[in-house]
Amino acid sequence: MNIVVCISQTPDTATKVAVGADGKNIDAKGVKFVLNPYDEFAVEEGLQLRAANGGEVTLVCVGGDGAKEAIRLGIAMGADKAVLVKDEERADSFRVVSGIADVVRAANPDIILLGRQSIDYDSAQVGPMLAEMLDMPCVSFVTKLEISGNAVRAERDIEGGKEVVETSLPCVVTAQKGLNEPRYPKLPDIMKAKAKPIAEVAAPSVAARVETLAMRKPADKTGGKIFEFSPENVKELVRLLHEEAKVI
Amino acid sequence: MPIITPDYFDIDGLLSEEERMVRSTVREFVDNEVLPIIEKHNREGTFPQHLVKRFGDLGMFGPTIPEEYGGGGMNSVCYGLICQELERGDSALRSSVSVQGSLVMYPIWKYAGEELKRYWLPRLASGDAIGCFGLTEPDFGSNPGGMLTNARETESGYILNGAKMWITNGTIADVAVVWAKLNGVVRGFMVEKGTPGFTAPEMKGKHSLRASVTSELIFQDCEIPKTHIFPDVQGLRGPLSCLTQARYGISWGAIGAAIAVYESSVNYATTRIQFDRPIGGFQLVQEKLVWMLNEITKAQLLAYRLGRLKDEGTMRTQQVSLAKRNNVWMALECCRMARDIHGANGILDEYPVMRHAANLESVKTYEGTHDIHTLILGADITGIEAFT
Repeated sequence: MNIVVCISQTPDTATKVAVGADGKNIDAKGVKFVLNPYDEFAVEEGLQLRAANGGEVTLVCVGGDGAKEAIRLGIAMGADKAVLVKDEERADSFRVVSGIADVVRAANPDIILLGRQSIDYDSAQVGPMLAEMLDMPCVSFVTKLEISGNAVRAERDIEGGKEVVETSLPCVVTAQKGLNEPRYPKLPDIMKAKAKPIAEVAAPSVAARVETLAMRKPADKTGGKIFEFSPENVKELVRLLHEEAKVI
Repeated sequence: MPIITPDYFDIDGLLSEEERMVRSTVREFVDNEVLPIIEKHNREGTFPQHLVKRFGDLGMFGPTIPEEYGGGGMNSVCYGLICQELERGDSALRSSVSVQGSLVMYPIWKYAGEELKRYWLPRLASGDAIGCFGLTEPDFGSNPGGMLTNARETESGYILNGAKMWITNGTIADVAVVWAKLNGVVRGFMVEKGTPGFTAPEMKGKHSLRASVTSELIFQDCEIPKTHIFPDVQGLRGPLSCLTQARYGISWGAIGAAIAVYESSVNYATTRIQFDRPIGGFQLVQEKLVWMLNEITKAQLLAYRLGRLKDEGTMRTQQVSLAKRNNVWMALECCRMARDIHGANGILDEYPVMRHAANLESVKTYEGTHDIHTLILGADITGIEAFT
């Protein structure tokens, strides 16, 4: 089974990011980057599919030299090989997908796995857009995946429940938390990861179709409201949580 | 933004990508698999034995042993980082891993015959077997050369008699590396679990390192085969060479314990309100936090430099003494300050402070007490040994 896993590097979830001087990008100084957490589920699923069906897991990533660290983590987890589409610019989803589509196609994949979204820009577009460019079916936000022959049966998260869907290989699947429990890379494999070459291809010549005009931090939190306990205030609190805070 | 995980002098910038990745992987493992369960084990005085196989799978046992024997083939800085991150969880677990790697796998790799190496090292590396190290005796701690445990040569092997004490992993060990006198000279032996005449009762009543097993090893006419002696090492040089490895790991591990109580202190000081403001806004609390960050930073630089010297092959044992002595002392002082900052909450096991404090009392004493390391350094400075 030819398995392609598309990964990206994102700021660590524990990192507090600031807006850069240009007001359009984050200030990357001092920011720790990691393998996008949702991509860990995709890599793990790829490794489990390889264990069950044989074949190879190929990682594909878009980014600068810094992204190699995320790639090597995937290799340390067990991926067989990797391709880096060298793009130092911040790309929109269209440019990302344009960059990887040919690489993925060339790998002749039976299945393409991605995280449901990267946790930095949160577009959640790359999986579906890649499927469209490759003319493959796409199942997103998958929490359970069963493959038998060419038949694919997946469970995916929907509001308030699960949806069970069927499709067939080759297809694109994006991974939601709960799909599996990503393994820790073995420490000796971390040391060996550098020995595996990462193939590099040039950035795509297409321009981004979405331009970022401005990036802003949310407004600072203002002080909370405190209610004395009374039946009327409970009603009022529920109303405000529903209508003002919109959390229930 | 509070400085939570301290790396004030960007030690990360001195590490290779692989070293950073090893550190992050063990940190994540400890966050997910150790921290949620450790207080319960500490409270109940039980060793989380299910983690042994996990440690093995991850490659934490014998990381610097060559891969052909099942080890990790990593450098000493990686080993140090593993110890640091594991002890950020708990000193008892780091102790157990230190014993397996530095005190059992290291001497077997260095001193045992080829057949024993090939049999035991892969099993110990994977966590399928557990090992222990018997040097200290009830009446011989800082003075191991006075040991009473002895070996007598027979036609088919050796007969051991004597008792060891304070042995981490003893009761659960599949193999013990035991030091005993043969014709008055300290020699190393390997004793397998179940050998007639060998028992390893667990010591109870510890207020420290409660999440690891500490035991006595008792040998009563315990006969082992001729192959189970380390053929080429004689005298205290054998066990002391192992202790150097373990002490090296401790000098990193103690930083982890200090980081744990520092992190808890920063969180507490920035959220605990007294006199209508976070206590972190008061000068006396700030002074304590600064002391901790200052000492942790110095300890990190010591450990880092020591690791590079070890990998270059130029590290001296006295340098290990300095790092072990300093870093464990500073970690224990951090615990005491952290306990102050946490106020009454500091005595609860809702916070990690007292657990680390109690653990570090052992760490200060084992693998060469603080005072013995002082004398090693005093002798190095003056050329005059104070303890002979």
